[in-house]
Amino acid sequence: MKDELAKLVDWIDAGGMSRRAFLGRASALGLAAALGTSLLPGQARAEEPKKGGVLKIGLGGGESTDALDPGLADGPVSFNVNRQWGDTIVNVSPTKEVEPRLAESFASNDDSTVWTFKIRKGVKFHDGSEMTVDDVVATFKRHSDENAKSGAYGIMQGISDIKADGDNVVFTLSTGNADLPFLLADYHLVVQPKGGADNVNAGIGTGPYKVKTAEPGVRYVFEKNADDWDTTRGHYDGVEFLVINDTTARTAALQSGQVHMINRVDPKVAKLLSRAPGVQVKSVAGPGHYVFIMHCDKAPFDNKDLRLALKYAINRQELVDKILDGYGSVGNDIPINKSYPYFDESLPQREFSIEKAAEHYKASGHDGSPIELIVADGAFPGAVDAAALFQATAKQAGIPLEIKRVPDDGYWSDVWNVKPFCASYWGGRPVQDQMYSTAYLSTADWNDTKFKNKEFDDLIIAARAETDEAKRKEIYSKVAHILWEEGGVICPMFNDFIDGVSDTVAGWIEDPNLDQMNGFASAKTWFA
Amino acid sequence: MAHPILKLVAQRVALGLLLLLAASVLIFIGTQILPGDVAQAILGQSATPETLANLRAELGLNEPVVSRYFSWLFGVLHGDLGTALSNGQPIAPALGARLANTLFLASCAAVIAVPLAVLLGLVSVRYRNRWPDKLISAVTLATISVPEFLLGYIVIFFLAVQYRLLPSLSTVYDGMTLGERLYAIGLPVIVLVLAVLGHMMRMTRAAILNVMQSAYVETAELKGLRPFTIIARHAFPNAIAPVVNVVMINLAYLVVGVVVVEVVFVYPGMGQYLVDHVSKRDVPVVQACGLVFAGVYIGLNLIADIVSILANPRLRHPK
Repeated sequence: MKDELAKLVDWIDAGGMSRRAFLGRASALGLAAALGTSLLPGQARAEEPKKGGVLKIGLGGGESTDALDPGLADGPVSFNVNRQWGDTIVNVSPTKEVEPRLAESFASNDDSTVWTFKIRKGVKFHDGSEMTVDDVVATFKRHSDENAKSGAYGIMQGISDIKADGDNVVFTLSTGNADLPFLLADYHLVVQPKGGADNVNAGIGTGPYKVKTAEPGVRYVFEKNADDWDTTRGHYDGVEFLVINDTTARTAALQSGQVHMINRVDPKVAKLLSRAPGVQVKSVAGPGHYVFIMHCDKAPFDNKDLRLALKYAINRQELVDKILDGYGSVGNDIPINKSYPYFDESLPQREFSIEKAAEHYKASGHDGSPIELIVADGAFPGAVDAAALFQATAKQAGIPLEIKRVPDDGYWSDVWNVKPFCASYWGGRPVQDQMYSTAYLSTADWNDTKFKNKEFDDLIIAARAETDEAKRKEIYSKVAHILWEEGGVICPMFNDFIDGVSDTVAGWIEDPNLDQMNGFASAKTWFA
Repeated sequence: MAHPILKLVAQRVALGLLLLLAASVLIFIGTQILPGDVAQAILGQSATPETLANLRAELGLNEPVVSRYFSWLFGVLHGDLGTALSNGQPIAPALGARLANTLFLASCAAVIAVPLAVLLGLVSVRYRNRWPDKLISAVTLATISVPEFLLGYIVIFFLAVQYRLLPSLSTVYDGMTLGERLYAIGLPVIVLVLAVLGHMMRMTRAAILNVMQSAYVETAELKGLRPFTIIARHAFPNAIAPVVNVVMINLAYLVVGVVVVEVVFVYPGMGQYLVDHVSKRDVPVVQACGLVFAGVYIGLNLIADIVSILANPRLRHPK
C-alpha cells in the first residue's frame, strides 16, 4: 500500500492528478484524509479558501413551474436551489459515509428499529428564529403526509413514529433498517421552520445562502447567510443561478465567461470543452444508469431465455464509447455499481456474445416476429441512438428488434411502466436497499420490470435489518446474482456526472452522489 | 367620412372576439387530447394510483370537461385568469411579466427590422436586377433560410465566445436599467431581425415593382423626378397595403413564434413559459397564453386591415 501511495504522490508532482483526486484515491487505499493531506507535496497542499465574489452557475433542468417547496424538487435546478438555502439533518459524504449536519450525532438500538438523532443547538433560520427539535419533527411529519406530495414520501413510509425527546428526534420504524441515516440524507428533507407549516414555499432554512430572488425557470439570486452555523462553508458573497436548458447555450455561457460553472455537459462535447481555454471539465462516476426494461410478466419477455438473449445481444462497451463518449462505465444488468456500499465484485461482467444471444434466443422458442422496443430521447440522452446500436447487434444474433420512436412528451406517463419493453433512466439511490425497494421488490409501485421473485424479496427484507456487515454484503451478493440472471433489466451503462468549471474557481471536489458536487459547489468552492 | 370605417372596425372587433372564443375552445380541446394530465405531470415517476386520485380531486380534475371549460370562461370574463395548477401561483402576474419581456424583445427587433426591410426594398427596386438588388436578395434569403437556432449559435460563437462583444445570455430581470436590457438582448435582436427581414423586404420590392408599371409613375418619370423620389414618394404609398399585411404577420411572429430563440438565448419570454406549462398539462396557463397569442394575432390583423383602408382612397371615400 505504501508503494501505491508513493506512486500517487509522484503522479501529483508530475501534474498527472489533482489534489482532490489524490485524496479520493488515498482514502480508497484506506488512509484517513488527514494522513493523505500531510503527505502531499508543497504545490498540491491545501489552499486556504478565499472569501468574496458572486458565483454564477448556469444550470440545465429547470422549468417555470418549479416551486421552492423542497419536497417537490424533482430536477437539477430545484435540487441545487434546495442546497443553497436549506440543510438536511445528515448528509452522504463523497466517500459514501454519513456525516452529521443539523444532527450532531445519531445512534440506533440493536435491531435498527429505533433511531435517535441528537439535534444541533444554536442554529438559526434565515428569519432569525432559532431552530428547535420541534421544527425538525414537524419537517419529517410533513414529508410523511401523503398530501404534501413530497418526493421523500416513499422514504418516510417505513417510519411509524417520529417524536421529540429533549434534544433528540426519535424515529421508530415498523421493521429494522440499518440504512436509515442514508435515507434521511435525501435532498428533499430540508428542515424548515415548523416544517413549512406557515409557508412551504418561503425558502427559509439554515443553509449557507439566503434566497433573495426566485424566478422559477429563469434565475435565482442568493446572498450569503452571515449567521451560518457552519463557518467552514459559503465563501462567496452571493450566488446566482441562471436556468439554461439548452446545452449549447450553457456551454457557450461558460466559454464566454458569463457563468463560472455549468452542469450537465453533453458527453459529445465534453472532450472538446476540456480543451477550451480557461475551463475544466469535471466528471465523476455516479449511481445513475441508463436501462432498457422488459416486463417479466408479459409475452414474450416472460421467457427467461429471451430476456437472457437480449442481455447478451447488447454491446455495452460500444454504447459507453458512442453514447457517453467514454464518460461512463459499463453496466452489468443490475442497478448497482461500485459507487454503492456493499457492492459485490464477484459478480461476473456480462459480455457481449452473439453466440450466447443466438443460443438463448433459439432456446426461447420465439416465433421470430419483430420485438418492439419503444424509445424517446427523453428517456435518456441518446436513447434513440443507443436503441439503434442495440438493434444492429441483436440482428447479428438473429433477434429481430423493431424500434418505435415516440415523443418525449408523455413518455413517463404513457410508455414507462406501461409498455412491456422500453428505454428508461434511473438516477440511483444512496444505498442498495433503497434502489431495490424502489424498483425491484414485487410490491414496489415503480417495479418497472414487473420482476416478482419471492426469494429476492425475502433477501432484501432480511438485508435491511442485518447489522453484521459481512452478512449484509453476502445477502446483497445473492440479491445481485438473482437479478443478474432472472431480472428484466438490461443495464448497458452508468453515466458520469459532467460539470464544466471555470479556472477562476478553486476547491472543486469529486462527489459521486449528484451533479454540482452533490449540490455543494457554491458552499465548498471559492474564487482562486 | 369616418363613419363607414368605424362601422368596419366595430365589425372586425366583434368578429375578433368571436374568433378568440373559438380559439379558446380549440386550445381547451387540444389540451384534453394530449396524453396524461397535470396530476401525472406533477407527480412524474413518483405517481401511485392513490396519490394521483388525491391530487386530481384536489385540483378539480374530476369535474366534467365541459363544466371545467365554462367555469374557466366565467373567470376570464370577470378578469380572473385563475391560478396555475402546477405550482398554485396566480397566473396574471407571472404571465404579465413574461408578456412584457416578449413585447420588449419583439418591439426592439421590429423597430430595427421594419424600417430596414422597407428601405432595403426601396433600394432593391431602385437598382433592380443590378448588383445591389441581387446582393440584398441573396443575403436576406440566406438568413431567412437558415434555421433560427443555427443563426443563434453562429452569432453566439462569433460575437459572444470569440470576440465577447455581446453576452450570450439574454436573461433580463427587474432592476436592470434600459441600457443593460438593450445590451442583454443584442444577440437575439440580431437573430430575429435576420429572420424576418427577408420576407418583408421581398414583399416591399414586389409590391412597389407592381405599382411601377402604372401610368402615373411614367408621368413622374417624364416630369424628370429622381428615380428614388419616384419610388419613395409616388410608388411606395400605393404599395403600403400589401406591405403592411406582411409586416403585421411578421410582428405577430415576433411575439408568438420565437420560442426557439428564447431557449437559445435564455430569454424569459412567453414562449418558454408556455412550453413548460404544456409539458406539465397546466391547462389554465396554456389557455391564458393561447388567449394572449390569439389576441395578438387578431389585433395585429385588425390594424393591418385598418391601415390598408386608410391607405386606399377608394376605400376611404366609398361612394
